[in-house]
Amino acid sequence: MSGTHGTQTTAGPVLGDTPPEATSATGEAGDNAAGIEAVGRVARTVMPETGVIADPTQLRTYECDGLAHYRVTPALVVLPETTEQLAAVVKACADHGVPFVARGSGTGLSGGALPRADGVLVVTSRMRTIREIRRADQRAVVEPGVINLDVTRAATGEGYYYAPDPSSQQICSIGGNLAENSGGAHCLKYGFTSNHVLGTELVTPQGDLVQLGGLAPDSPGYDLLGTVVGSEGTLGIATTATVRLVRLPEEVRTLLVGFHSTDDAGAATSAIIGSGVLPAAIEMMDALAIEAAEAAVHCNYPDGAGAVLVIELDGAAAEVEHEYALVERFCQENGAFELRLAIDATERALIWRGRKSAFAAVGRISPDYIVQDGVIPRTALPEVLRAIAELSESSGVRVANVFHAGDGNLHPLVLFDGEKEGATEAAEQVSGAILDLCITHGGAITGEHGVGVDKAAYMPKMFTDDDLDTMQLVRCAFDPGNISNPGKVFPTPRLCGEVPGKRKKAHPLVEAGLADAF
Amino acid sequence: MTTISLDAARTALADACREVADATAADAVDGVPTALVARPGSTEETAAVLRAAAAQGLTVVPRGQGTKLGWGRPPESADVVLDLSRMDRVLDHAAGDLIVETQAGALLGDVQQTVGSAGQRLALDEPVPGGTVGGMLATNASGPGRVAVGTARDLLIGCTVVRADGVVAKAGGRVVKNVAGYDLGKLVIGSFGTLVVVTEAVFRLHPVPAARRFLTVPFGAPEDASALVQAVVHAQVVPAAVEVEERADGSGTVGVLLEGTPAGVEARTATARQLLGAGTEDAEQPPSGWGVLPWTEQAGSTGLKLTCALSGLAPVLTAARRAADEVGVQLTVRGSGGAGVLYAALAADAPVDAVAAVVARTRAVCTEHGGSLVVLDGPAAVKAGVDTWGPVPAIDLMRRVKEQFDPERRLAPGRFVGGI
Repeated sequence: MSGTHGTQTTAGPVLGDTPPEATSATGEAGDNAAGIEAVGRVARTVMPETGVIADPTQLRTYECDGLAHYRVTPALVVLPETTEQLAAVVKACADHGVPFVARGSGTGLSGGALPRADGVLVVTSRMRTIREIRRADQRAVVEPGVINLDVTRAATGEGYYYAPDPSSQQICSIGGNLAENSGGAHCLKYGFTSNHVLGTELVTPQGDLVQLGGLAPDSPGYDLLGTVVGSEGTLGIATTATVRLVRLPEEVRTLLVGFHSTDDAGAATSAIIGSGVLPAAIEMMDALAIEAAEAAVHCNYPDGAGAVLVIELDGAAAEVEHEYALVERFCQENGAFELRLAIDATERALIWRGRKSAFAAVGRISPDYIVQDGVIPRTALPEVLRAIAELSESSGVRVANVFHAGDGNLHPLVLFDGEKEGATEAAEQVSGAILDLCITHGGAITGEHGVGVDKAAYMPKMFTDDDLDTMQLVRCAFDPGNISNPGKVFPTPRLCGEVPGKRKKAHPLVEAGLADAF
Repeated sequence: MTTISLDAARTALADACREVADATAADAVDGVPTALVARPGSTEETAAVLRAAAAQGLTVVPRGQGTKLGWGRPPESADVVLDLSRMDRVLDHAAGDLIVETQAGALLGDVQQTVGSAGQRLALDEPVPGGTVGGMLATNASGPGRVAVGTARDLLIGCTVVRADGVVAKAGGRVVKNVAGYDLGKLVIGSFGTLVVVTEAVFRLHPVPAARRFLTVPFGAPEDASALVQAVVHAQVVPAAVEVEERADGSGTVGVLLEGTPAGVEARTATARQLLGAGTEDAEQPPSGWGVLPWTEQAGSTGLKLTCALSGLAPVLTAARRAADEVGVQLTVRGSGGAGVLYAALAADAPVDAVAAVVARTRAVCTEHGGSLVVLDGPAAVKAGVDTWGPVPAIDLMRRVKEQFDPERRLAPGRFVGGI
């Protein structure tokens, strides 16, 4: 069993167990060996020996992130324990023209932390201190390697929690969340990482330390923080994050509602949102996804359901009471045949277990699968779901649908058996066609997993050359040497003019025909 | 206009844009005279104006209704005012998707009216009435409601911009959830027209709540104000706004806005009244001055924006009051105690060195509490004699961003932080 993303047309390296071909996204092993050597020397002087990994076998441990079919062995891995150590390594990379890639827990699903064969992987997992829980200020200050759920655990005693909750929240890191602008089931009401990170201390790609934002909002000057969050590690490495803590709600009600079809469940979703109720979450799973979840975690979802909705309402008790009555009515009016209300934390956890296990659970019903991540306007949901069903039927490729229905963020799971001749290609084709559907319906190619190495080739379908060029102006301001996670997000790097003292001849990417000089 | 010919500039702009006129004294930007006003009707025409301005070496200041054009520093030069008021259409209100797409010159009030017909709102206050979407974005204007829903950065989901070189670019899109590419919208918000010209914007909307209630209670000292604010924010009453007002005589009021369903608001009002204690009053209409920037009520006064961590509220209020008293300047404060964003007015008759003293001393305390102080608006003499933006962390990086987007410093040069 394995999970993969992507299509044959991605800019990323070639799928498979053999070492990938060197591309602009991965670099070539052995390139700039002297530079790597020099960075290694600096790293060994500023941090303990155990924090520097150069042994080929150990290096392979870091060859992929959550998108396991892309694998590249980094030239060097460092595990700094302090901001100063991390900054010194980045500075050394800048001095020697060595690319670096930041990695938190390595749970990303777009290959954003795929290492460079010619570069350094900077792992933040030893920077794991929650520095402050500032209840009076409703803020926490944490290091990048801190696990998402640990922020909530540290704040719960004070009556607070950290709202963004990606499904991987038990293992993913705040630094990774910041890089990817991670979402989660509850971002329908509470927003994404970008709405909850108020400040960061950033090591720029040139090794300088800058403070962006802080405890108070609206720092004077450009909102560089807003641009850094979600930039997928291409604008530097965050060494602290100042995050918003949200007051725990007075009441939470979690409902599991069974419908005969995704059309009915979609209509109920539209009715709820249209009425002005803003639930904390509305999640949908179709029959195939339910079947998988049952097989994996025995979540006991309603028998014979063509779709279920998981709806969570939270807030002041009197408001939740009122919203619950409305939600119940809209579900019944739209064909709900079973409605269960979790009455305690255990029941709530059981309802969520089916949903949160869904990605992994499809492994029970298919040897291989692609996790897709696309967004459509919520009103296009019925039409797009029908189109996905047609795609599935005409291609013979099964697709399970699990998604954040409230905000139109789809996670189709494209099932296949990689052992069968042509099956991988067929699945990748369906996966790509689903993204095309999202684009033609005015949506986005990724809602929360990021572009990374996986979808860089899709960016031109959503953005013009001028759009991408304009985004890369920011890149050039932060990283003129193009060493901070190069090859990710953008299909074609923009060269930012001469980097003082670095290159004497034409840029190798230009020579190779992989980039244009602007 | 120093090195270029007015005639040549006029001809070049007229080729680019149907409506070009000679400027009048009323078109001056914060006291800086301008020569020409171009009123493009589309993104394409805006791009053509910027290309023509580039070819002629003209500086350009974008303008909506001009209600906040005096904020920031006066530009070093403003050859052309790029007036976006013709681009005033609400392009698309997709009620089912809770989004609205508008041109930058659309009045915020018109946007609210359009989306309001479907029971929705763009959840942004309008501290200076009569402004446009573009002006709100350029100045990152916000009001009391930011406690619950945030500010423009939390609501803007896509934008179309024109660069100083005339290139048109889009970022984001029309869906609420989207992590494809850099979020240029955030970079543009609060950039005071120095980076790009925004021509279109897409926002997420919220439902208009069925009921609302404003609670007010007087406080005696800054520590009392802080205690009241803390009591409300740490309770579970989910306030939409937590305002603090401190009048010139030092007397003050804490105001709380609760929004939601009628029954819910009723129940939360009862809880909040207990938290706020004796003397609390509630009403369905806002108290007078709610969300009004204090300096807009006194012509010629100096307008400050003060930010701090929530726990810094009392020290900041105390420091500002003490500094103003010591130099004998009248001070009024109003703003979001629940968000840590306050606005203050220093009386019009305050001498420049007295304003400078209040700014410096209060700024130090804001900074100590994780925030900042900027002079947003004020008389020319004050702006000339006071460090209006103050120290800005990461200013070098900001300069590099400006250098990439606008290397010739064509757009509103000198208006923003660090002389950007």
